[in-house]
Amino acid sequence: MGAPYGSAAVAALRGTGAEIRDAGPGDTVAGVVPRWVALPGSTEEVAALMRVCASLDLAAVPTGGGTRLHWGRPPERCDLLVGTRHLDGILEHASGDLVVRTQAGVTAEALAGALAAAGQELALDVPAGGSTVGGVLATAAAGPRRLRYGTARDLLIGITVVLADGTVARSGGKVVKNVAGYDLGKLFTGSYGTLGIITEAAFRLHPVSPVRRWTTVRLPGPDSWTVPDGSGRLEAPIGPIGPTGPAGPAGPAGMGDPVGPADTAGPIGPAALASALAAAQAEPSAVELDWAAPSGGVTVSALFEGAAADARAQAVQGLAGACGPWEVAGEAPAWWGETPGNGVPGEILLELRVPPASADRALRAVAARGLPARVRGSLASAVLHVALPAETGGPEFAAFVSGVRDDVRPLGGRLTVLAAPPELARRVDPWGPVGALPLMRRVKERFDPGRRMSPGRLAEGL
Amino acid sequence: MTDTTGATPVRGPALDRIARRLAAVLPPGAVITDPVRLRTYECDGLTHHRAVPGVVVLPETAGQIAAVVRICNEYGVPFVARGAGTGLSGGALPRTDGVLVVTSRMRRVLEVDLPNRRAVVEPGVTNLAITEAVRPHGYYYAPDPSSQQVCTIGGNVAENSGGAHCLKYGFTVNHVLALEIVTPDGDIVTLDADDPGYDLLGAFVGSEGTLGITTKVTVRLLRAPEAVTTLLAAFGSIEQGGRAVSAIIGGGIVPAAIEMMDALAIEAAEAAVACAYPAGAGAVLIVELDGPAAETALQSAEVERVCLESGAFELRTAADPAERAAIWKGRRSAFAAVGRISPAYIVQDGVVPRTALPGVLASIDRLSAEHGIRVANVFHAGDGNLHPLVLFDDAEPGAAERAEAVSGRILDLCVEHGGSITGEHGVGVDKARYMPKMFTDDDLDTMQLVRCAFDSRGLSNPGKVFPTPRLCGEVPGVRRGAHPLVESGRAEQF
Repeated sequence: MGAPYGSAAVAALRGTGAEIRDAGPGDTVAGVVPRWVALPGSTEEVAALMRVCASLDLAAVPTGGGTRLHWGRPPERCDLLVGTRHLDGILEHASGDLVVRTQAGVTAEALAGALAAAGQELALDVPAGGSTVGGVLATAAAGPRRLRYGTARDLLIGITVVLADGTVARSGGKVVKNVAGYDLGKLFTGSYGTLGIITEAAFRLHPVSPVRRWTTVRLPGPDSWTVPDGSGRLEAPIGPIGPTGPAGPAGPAGMGDPVGPADTAGPIGPAALASALAAAQAEPSAVELDWAAPSGGVTVSALFEGAAADARAQAVQGLAGACGPWEVAGEAPAWWGETPGNGVPGEILLELRVPPASADRALRAVAARGLPARVRGSLASAVLHVALPAETGGPEFAAFVSGVRDDVRPLGGRLTVLAAPPELARRVDPWGPVGALPLMRRVKERFDPGRRMSPGRLAEGL
Repeated sequence: MTDTTGATPVRGPALDRIARRLAAVLPPGAVITDPVRLRTYECDGLTHHRAVPGVVVLPETAGQIAAVVRICNEYGVPFVARGAGTGLSGGALPRTDGVLVVTSRMRRVLEVDLPNRRAVVEPGVTNLAITEAVRPHGYYYAPDPSSQQVCTIGGNVAENSGGAHCLKYGFTVNHVLALEIVTPDGDIVTLDADDPGYDLLGAFVGSEGTLGITTKVTVRLLRAPEAVTTLLAAFGSIEQGGRAVSAIIGGGIVPAAIEMMDALAIEAAEAAVACAYPAGAGAVLIVELDGPAAETALQSAEVERVCLESGAFELRTAADPAERAAIWKGRRSAFAAVGRISPAYIVQDGVVPRTALPGVLASIDRLSAEHGIRVANVFHAGDGNLHPLVLFDDAEPGAAERAEAVSGRILDLCVEHGGSITGEHGVGVDKARYMPKMFTDDDLDTMQLVRCAFDSRGLSNPGKVFPTPRLCGEVPGVRRGAHPLVESGRAEQF
């Protein structure tokens, strides 16, 4: 360990050219206070820092805007926090190619501002203000439009990383279509700094839609949702379909072609509504849910993008059956794209994923625990964030996690703890069973045999 | 053009012993050792690389594949997976000293789950069969490589296959939700997009069989679009067509596909399938728009306007599926069609940033003239993916070598312009030697870390993707040097 060599270590770290300061309480990583903070200004400085860390066996944790630094598990050790805020250059915006190359410390807001000048955007709705490109990738953060555009891993086309030993490696490039070599970008997406430090990334862009319309409807609470069968799987929510196929004739003129749920008796649940919306040929870009309290009703809102967005938003109005009325607006609902937690250390935030048609059951599983949970997220993809009140006790938290897991496991779902105070987090397995974990551990061993990169931050052994 | 691992089987007593072991874990008739039958597997779609496999197995389940892989481990022999063998980079080129695992007996659609918009299929199911299974319900599977009638989903996963419509819809990796794989150690593991942690699913797709064998695939299904509009625009020159492409994309439209063919490619297509493209065209552009009818109507009007403004002398819009098929006919036949105008040809696959297309095409013209080798250009113009068809006469001494040189120089051009040496055909054996043009030793060594994590013995499809990979135990010397500060005299040893 570097402890006896404090001043020599600082001198060595300063020798890299990066700005170095002592860490303070504000630099805490999931409850662990590092010793120093480094603010490198280039990939080369990051590499030099990692070489110093390797020679002194210092453990390093990368950070961007720090908006999710309290997420994940506490690192087993953390000597150096490597901040990317000086890596804030947009390197190349090839607007004609719909591609941008940027350093990792560029914030989502700064990037959006620069791209907007060309009428383009990175179609990734990042949930927290101040998030950086690197942080978004490392935490695999995504927002409502995952339904249409996918998540960070789908939009990332090239990456530059620095490994624990200072090696600088690149994969992908700056063209969208490219199958040369392994895609290291995928591997680093969701890696929480455990494999290395992301210093640059290239993304494919999309044109900003000329018109956006949100159509929003309130559904009653879970007691009244109709579940057509007991299998956890709904009958196909699509009605008669014409001879439509990718090479077939154009479909019927009316959008939002006949859809089943409108005919079902009683109010439909959010899952059936989301299924119908996701299957609608009006093609929403996102279908989101907000559920303020398990005792009450849910709000479902769908986003339509395109010159004809208004007509398309109107065309799906029949889908909620007896529910309604729908409200069509040019602005997003206030809760749109925000995680339901308060976003500060101490928040309890979980991610619930199920096959989309089982969303009702997943929501019921949450309601059944009797805690005042707030649920929000992508309903059509059934990737939902669940926030619990900060005052939730340890036993209640553990019971909530195991109870929901028991209920969603048979559906093929999973519940992951994204953020929780350490005294709560240690009571549960943050992931639940993951079949690929042994392979992930082998990847970690190859990339970081000295366990210096955010060790233990992602899962045990990673 | 036969730089392979040897054309004759070298099966000795060891492989005979392995064949007997394999027969014990597989159904009757699932182990092939007959030399004549083995020879039918000697190459994939890239026919100038050939190697007769030592043994071929035709397993029916993941458990059987796992058993095969474990036996290969026991004897330290390499194994190669093969679907339909349509690949164009030699990714499924067998090993004379190893086992070829053919998935042709694993072609069941296991589950179609429309409420969750997904299907679960075995690896030997063809790409098109997935769409055919769900088309009656108004759904389809989006990636559509041109070989989709025969190529398998397992092969698509290995190669991260694209297709004409990937401009809007992305590649295989964007449409696979989960995989069951047999690891190179013989374990059966599920990689799921919903798993937390490293995106091993994403890393596996496109790894060309070097990280294991796919045994089950869960794919995303898309609702068929309400409207599809296909336009054909004829231009006097490639430059005009290129200008139209830039204007369409610059105008904020993302078509499902934008394809371009030059005069020589059109000539070949006419000779082969009489596609009746407008006479005298220096280039034709096919633009397909899909989505809600209200959007495609606005977009197709805009595309027509832009094409005319860019110099199109004729525009055709398909009014029905038959007309759409007629427009696509020439494009779809283009690769095979050049056989009508040339005794032999090389299909190249490279990518450049879309905006670099005009310059790169001009450079290809110059190369063609310098070497006296004709090049027909067919490309996915929307994403800058070139498929130059390098034409030569294999009876003419030296012609093949010149064609090979032109083909290689085209890849250099792609790399020089910030592009890629392959957009969809993969690296395989064919382009492993070009990888160092695109990646540094550190990049390749880092990719190799992934390989070693999955396959420390290097038995899964060895010799593909990477040029002379390091052994997994081997430590790259450059990373173990003295500390840079010590080296530069700015610090003592701590």
